[in-house]
Amino acid sequence: MDDAIPARAEELQANAIADLLGGCRRVAVGMLSPVPGAGALLAAHLSGGQTQVTILGSRAHSRFTNGGAELFDRAGRGGIDAFFLSGGQIDGRANINLVGTGDYPHTEVRWSGSFGSAYLYFMVPRVVLFRWEHSRRTLVEAVDFISAPGVSEPGVHRPGGPVALITNLCLFDFDRARARFRLRSVHPGHTLEEVRDQTGFDFDAPAAVPATPLPDAARLAALRGPVARQIADIYPAFAERVFGLATAQ
Amino acid sequence: MKPNWQDDVDTLAAQVPDGASLTVQKGDERDVPMALAHALVRRGVRGLHVITLPTAAYPASGMMVDLLIGAGCVDSVETSGISLHELGAAPRFTQAVKAGRLKVLDATCPAVYAALQAGAKGQPFAPLRGLIGTDLLRHRGDYRVIDNPFAPGDPIVVVPAINGDVAIFHAEMADAEGNVWIGRDRDRLLAAHAADKVLVTVDRCVPGCFFDDEALAAGAIPADLVHGLAVVPGGGAPWLPDGRPDLAAVRRYQQAALDDDRFEAWLQAEVRVRDAVPA
Repeated sequence: MDDAIPARAEELQANAIADLLGGCRRVAVGMLSPVPGAGALLAAHLSGGQTQVTILGSRAHSRFTNGGAELFDRAGRGGIDAFFLSGGQIDGRANINLVGTGDYPHTEVRWSGSFGSAYLYFMVPRVVLFRWEHSRRTLVEAVDFISAPGVSEPGVHRPGGPVALITNLCLFDFDRARARFRLRSVHPGHTLEEVRDQTGFDFDAPAAVPATPLPDAARLAALRGPVARQIADIYPAFAERVFGLATAQ
Repeated sequence: MKPNWQDDVDTLAAQVPDGASLTVQKGDERDVPMALAHALVRRGVRGLHVITLPTAAYPASGMMVDLLIGAGCVDSVETSGISLHELGAAPRFTQAVKAGRLKVLDATCPAVYAALQAGAKGQPFAPLRGLIGTDLLRHRGDYRVIDNPFAPGDPIVVVPAINGDVAIFHAEMADAEGNVWIGRDRDRLLAAHAADKVLVTVDRCVPGCFFDDEALAAGAIPADLVHGLAVVPGGGAPWLPDGRPDLAAVRRYQQAALDDDRFEAWLQAEVRVRDAVPA
């Protein structure tokens, strides 16, 4: 891809995710996470070998030898520094819902399921939430089903939890002590008013909201070169759509 | 021929009783026994309880579980996720839940692994961190919270063991003794240890014995754990021989599965007729 082409939304998002991963030793990327996967691979590229990325379902990007349980076993021992979760609904306390809307089990809309969230959200110190439809139906006051809670009662073993939420409009930090999001930046082309209009929960915001940084030329080149080729291994449809990487299919 | 070799995939399917609990793999390897699933549909199996280890959310595995549900073979599933991966939702699963025709025991991946490991060891349950405060736990009558007996004041969840009646999966190859090679992913070995009966399809049979080569032995399931084995070249479709899923085939399935009549036509053409006629 031509570097003169302006950064696409997914590239800005992946770039912002890479910035959230500074200092991580091992980052794991789960299901249905192509943009976080690209962000993690960019972070690894920028880290000079400090950050290792494990992508579930990828042969090329996994050195796990003990089956699917290894991710959870390692996380239980504190060996996974960062992970990514999404939700059909995410609420203002960072509860996530991956199961469906309505009165469970009679869900009006049924999603695929909770995957590892009900464990990894507790165990991984730096969980980055992502949702690429920023709207009042996705970012709600209270989720219909708690697949994994943003915060836990005192006495519950919980070394991990959410640190941030990135959407197609903005980036929030999460304050675990207050169980509340605080707006960090708004993506170029969007405004605080738009974020407020489209968000179903209350959040804090600084007096002057900065713009989410665009990737510089070196980062764009990395995203469109090595990162794109690596992510195509597990997300061929995504790599074709965003980076124009043609595959045999 | 060793006792675990079977004539064909339909002989294997005959060994899955109606109402069985059936474990299936997550499908990021070429481990999806699609030809066997087709044979189960042809045999008209009913009332299955499908346990996904821990999900069926890659294109091939999601498609296999989805079509078993759509064909009316499945009454209930225990799963941490069913989808067609980046292609989107599993249409028949979604539709069956909405229609109230499918009972779902929602789980989380490490709980399934913990339960399966307990099952493989012959233990009644396993403890697991996390889960406290989730609606998953609230709706799972079979999960409990206990106080850590070694450090009181530390609540922890326990989950009951999983021992499926039948484990089904595909693998690349078996040797002349009926040992099955799976490579580095241990999930199929764990499934074989935990299930009462293990039915396997392989693309090919190779001469010799994997246990004569230490590198191959490390990724092998011994024949005595495998009750039924059939050579079914391409039995793991829509995985392609180059190690990628045939996304075009999964998309065609997905389009058909969005609609009752189109799904029935797909079943008729791809499962009931096509597989029954030698190519």
